[in-house]
Amino acid sequence: MKIAVCVKQVPTREWQPRIDESGAWIREADASYELNEPDAYALEEALRLRESHGGEVVVCAAGPARVQQVIREALARGADRALHVEDAGLAAADAAVTSAALASAMAGEAFDLVLTGLQSDDQGHAQTGVMLAERLGMPHSTIIMEVQVDGGRLRVKRELEGGWFQWIELPLPALLTIQSGINQLRYATLKGIMAAKRKEIRTLPLPAGLESGQEIVRLSVPTRSKQTHMIEGTPAEAAAELARCLREEARAL
Amino acid sequence: MILVVAEVQRDGTLNRATWETVAAAQQLAGGEPIVAAVLSSARAGAVGAELASGGVSEVLVASHEQLAQYTPDGFCAALLQVVGETTPTFVLLPHTYQARDFVPMAAARFGAPLVTDVTGIEGTGTDAVFLRQMFQGKLVASVRHRGSGPRFVTVQLGAFRADAVTRGDGAAAVRTMAVDISPEAVRQRPEEPFREAKQAVDLGQAERIVAVGRGIKAQEHIALAERLAAAMAAEVAASRPICDSGWLPMDRQIGSSGQTVAPKLYIALGISGAIQHLVGMKGARTIVAVNKDADAPIFEVADYGIVGDLFEIVPALAAELEKG
Repeated sequence: MKIAVCVKQVPTREWQPRIDESGAWIREADASYELNEPDAYALEEALRLRESHGGEVVVCAAGPARVQQVIREALARGADRALHVEDAGLAAADAAVTSAALASAMAGEAFDLVLTGLQSDDQGHAQTGVMLAERLGMPHSTIIMEVQVDGGRLRVKRELEGGWFQWIELPLPALLTIQSGINQLRYATLKGIMAAKRKEIRTLPLPAGLESGQEIVRLSVPTRSKQTHMIEGTPAEAAAELARCLREEARAL
Repeated sequence: MILVVAEVQRDGTLNRATWETVAAAQQLAGGEPIVAAVLSSARAGAVGAELASGGVSEVLVASHEQLAQYTPDGFCAALLQVVGETTPTFVLLPHTYQARDFVPMAAARFGAPLVTDVTGIEGTGTDAVFLRQMFQGKLVASVRHRGSGPRFVTVQLGAFRADAVTRGDGAAAVRTMAVDISPEAVRQRPEEPFREAKQAVDLGQAERIVAVGRGIKAQEHIALAERLAAAMAAEVAASRPICDSGWLPMDRQIGSSGQTVAPKLYIALGISGAIQHLVGMKGARTIVAVNKDADAPIFEVADYGIVGDLFEIVPALAAELEKG
């Protein structure tokens, strides 16, 4: 089975984003980056499917040159090769542009299965996978917690809200967006890191004329909807004051 | 004209998020008419009547037997025909798992812009700017649609108030619209929804909840939260990553994929406050957050906050409460 996994490089969870001079994007040079967490689960699922069904796993990414960091990481974890649509402008791209960029690189590959994370930890549109399926002409299913492959068909467990699930059957080729927690992640071994250095990363240009569906006019730090009483002091002082507030003010104990 | 696409639940009733979306549409409309659409096989009778009383100018029931069970292909086909016939300026839906599954497909097929998970609207009509969270809720983006065609929007659950809907003085007309969906065009075959196992705990009934997140760092530290919970007669719960790691069972998960709770007291330990978690607990009467990161979004919904090391604060608080 020929499996594609789309990965995104996002600022780390620990980084407090700082807004740049334009007021409409972050100071990218200040950020440290990591693999988007849901994409890590999609990659792991692809590697497991290759182990049981054979074939290859191809990492696909659309982003600036720095994205090679997470591509190398995915190769070190076991992916076979990579496609990278490289353009500085893709750093802040919306899902319409990102999905079109990925589709341009992937269309000729005739993948049997395409996996993405269910959303990104940066912009969080939760659109790229579904739009990519539409551009590749594939059926899709989203927020998947289990994948079974039987001949030319897929049977997948889709998460619904509030603890409900549903099995969906669909034909291959298909695209699935993967939910975090579907599997236990593996990490790269030293051998994997060494092997990744020899694996192919094919760089492709961004097709001309892609138009984004939206424009970020401004970024801002959220305003508090509530008046939060911040309690200070040593741990013992803070704990005593919080207990007093919960008993006397909030009457919650 | 603004189109609101209602979401019908498994029991055949409208979900609350539909009314929140109508409230968002009324704020956006600035006097423009609002049409509510239901994508359905046949059971839209009661739902259509309910929507018709909700301050909309018309209810459109797009009906086809292929819509009896939700599929992204079927619902996308129906939505495209409704949008094609009504030519709205905006199409609004709640940002549910269902909308996430088919609306990006419709937007891509239309070549139309889609802004998702909107928490606020500034201005009205086609000049409107939409607010949405980015970077795990650490920043808010003001976003404008680009390009032509219908502007698609999904609205974050709980961001608009269902009880803010202005009801109309009379019931709006309900019109059935036949849509055409060929069975071959629907590629997904869904089975009946199910629950994994009977939920052992109904956290919705708990008066107090102590919830842990990534900040708890290791499974053996869950005991800290359990001691605190015991001291205040609370249930222990968690954010998704904790249950994904198997540190607590899935039925203790709070958030969009777990349970939604509104206890008297909710204590969030080492939870950053991603929106997927907040939608499950922001209805709590009193919220306490303990986190080492002063910028964590959880503090935006907290009534009481302590910035510090939960491994020091939680034992101190448990000891304080155990004194009685």
